[in-house]
Amino acid sequence: MRMESEYRVPSVAIHAHVFARLVASSTRANGMPGSRRAFVPQPVADQSPAQLRAYIDGNDAISARPFMQEVLEGLTLPLTEEDMKGVTFERTSPRLLEPDMEENLHRRFLENDWTDKLPIVLPTEERVAAMLTGTSHAAGEVVGRLRPAEYREFWEFTVEQAAVNAVMAGADPRYFPTILALLASCLSARHSSTTSIASMVVVNGPVRGEIGMNSGMGALGPYNHANATIGRAYGLASQNLQGGSVPGLSYMGDMGNNFAYTSVVFAENEERSPWEPYHVQQGFDKDASTATIFKGIWSLISTWGVRETWRERAKYMFGALESRGGAVMLLDPIVAHEFCDREGFVTKDKLAQWVYDNVRKPAREYWDNFQVQIFLAPMATSGIEPFASYLKAAADELIPMFLRDDVHVVVVGGETQPHWSIVSAITSRSPAGGVEVGKTVSIDEWR
Amino acid sequence: MAGKVTVLNPLGSPPKVTSKTLAPRLMNLDGKTVYLVDVRFDNSGVFMEQLQDWFSEHMPTVKTELVHWREPFKHDPELAQEIGQKGNAAIFGVGL
Repeated sequence: MRMESEYRVPSVAIHAHVFARLVASSTRANGMPGSRRAFVPQPVADQSPAQLRAYIDGNDAISARPFMQEVLEGLTLPLTEEDMKGVTFERTSPRLLEPDMEENLHRRFLENDWTDKLPIVLPTEERVAAMLTGTSHAAGEVVGRLRPAEYREFWEFTVEQAAVNAVMAGADPRYFPTILALLASCLSARHSSTTSIASMVVVNGPVRGEIGMNSGMGALGPYNHANATIGRAYGLASQNLQGGSVPGLSYMGDMGNNFAYTSVVFAENEERSPWEPYHVQQGFDKDASTATIFKGIWSLISTWGVRETWRERAKYMFGALESRGGAVMLLDPIVAHEFCDREGFVTKDKLAQWVYDNVRKPAREYWDNFQVQIFLAPMATSGIEPFASYLKAAADELIPMFLRDDVHVVVVGGETQPHWSIVSAITSRSPAGGVEVGKTVSIDEWR
Repeated sequence: MAGKVTVLNPLGSPPKVTSKTLAPRLMNLDGKTVYLVDVRFDNSGVFMEQLQDWFSEHMPTVKTELVHWREPFKHDPELAQEIGQKGNAAIFGVGL
């Protein structure tokens, strides 16, 4: 669209057909509903050159007219009066909804895709006012902005709008500063990625005890009110404050992700850890209260015990992850002590260094990955290290799966098992790792 | 109003949508330079190569330049400027 409006070059954009609704919505929201487009069938990935050529020689997957006719006419047919007029409009919605019976309001929230399809707490004025007592920030203060994807427009939101969603999630006002901190990060818990990412949140500092969060037994499960409702609020607020998370329109995750229901919110077990807390590693004071958002998580692999062959097992586990991104190691305190006391990893950094040094794969496997091709190959061809060197590696040369700084270690669990897990995630924090997707934010700022 | 409840709207505040105009269209593509822009999604480069072949076979008077956007989701100002200066038209693909 910028090619048209800024550089004044007539353009046609080709998309896979499953994105038709999203394209229509996105172009309208950017003031250019008449932008020219043509559609090919899915899939495009993994298709041979001959199969892709057949798409070009065939019909447009949406209009059913010859594909190349759509393309050529998109560049040459004169603009219509409607094109010349363009579209300008405001999108406002009232602060209060029309009063109605509770049953009808619940149905309206559900049918408008304002919920996670589970029952919510209706955000009455009294409940929202109570939620607002959880922060010293004014109701009308702008907290930040969110969007479901990098190609969508940002929506702004206030403290009050965030409070509405916190009420819906069933959160307590004492949790509100943590919820505000997550939303102020400008990282949506309802990202539209076709890879179906969810978010994971680790809370550190005194706030954990103040609001009764769980860092021990069952911390990642449905056993703690604060863990569950903070995560649920983060998700509901993300989808509603950013303008929606509707499959086919503002959410394109292929399978979806069950982690998204509560964004895996938990507290680090700082008290039982042999190491410094995660937020201290990020430069915060031990007595600061923080939340760390790992924006893109897909799956979790688990094992038990630091046994004689743990190195081989770890390599298999890490080897199953995506190279583009990183990993978060979740260690029960038993495991953390075994790594520290018995295996000599006296800091989290030393353990992360072991992963960097030992978890490697042949260059040909590293580069034969669609996410690596999309996000890392451009950096490699631009000469950005270490990717530029990885690209020059011989096919069988072993190269590190992750950047050293993209391996994170968090201690959590109740010591009923020497349980450790590795979360497949996009954990990059440095520009060299691609898009910045992780943040540690202050909760204290929102008290 | 008996039994009825008033609740707040859960939505955030969207920006105003401001109209943007399309660039004027070409009379035809004969002798023109058309940039074929690989947007970097999986297999998009191969698709655009096939598109370039199509032009060679069916519209040989059209000069095509196959280029690669720096990375998806982000603006590539250098390439955009080149297209603006040297191209008569552009085809972007494939958005996934």
